[in-house]
Amino acid sequence: MPWIYLATAVVLLVGMFMILIRAIAGPTVYDRILATNALGTKTIVFVTLLGYVSGRTEFIDMAIIYALVSFITTIAILKFAEMGRLD
Amino acid sequence: MQVSEIVTTVFLALGCVVSLTGAYGLLRMPDFYSRLHTAGKTDSLGQFLIFVGLVFVTPDLLTQLKLVLVAMILMIAAPTATHAITKAAHLHHLRPWTKSDPGGEP
Repeated sequence: MPWIYLATAVVLLVGMFMILIRAIAGPTVYDRILATNALGTKTIVFVTLLGYVSGRTEFIDMAIIYALVSFITTIAILKFAEMGRLD
Repeated sequence: MQVSEIVTTVFLALGCVVSLTGAYGLLRMPDFYSRLHTAGKTDSLGQFLIFVGLVFVTPDLLTQLKLVLVAMILMIAAPTATHAITKAAHLHHLRPWTKSDPGGEP
């Protein structure tokens, strides 16, 4: 069964590579923020799948923490891009 | 192969298709708002399909609950972040793409 998780992880890596191209080439700053947000979501799924590949399901705890940190990061960067300061 | 593994495989394949479609749309679309349209929807649905698929193959209850918790957190957080990005771009007068107006930053 691990090869199915591994195949899913490889497909997610291909998608992450496409999103990374958009994050580098994006014309506006909002394209980069959107690409970073999508990359964060794909990374969460990728970490969980790696935990299932190696048979250690404790990786889900890291996925929970990464989900919360990624959301807060997106909101903070948006507030900084909108107002120019964080307070 | 047992029935649960087949169900998991189907869910993971669907999640792969949805995630890859979203990534390709993010790369391909001509305009910020259309890119937002593809990325915002496929992010939520793709991760939800993959996490729900992994629930069927997990033996213990606590790990299943953690998987559902991550899926629910992302199901709430991803549309909120997409909405915030759209609102910030709209407040900065980012014009949508049309045939006569190529759009872009003001």
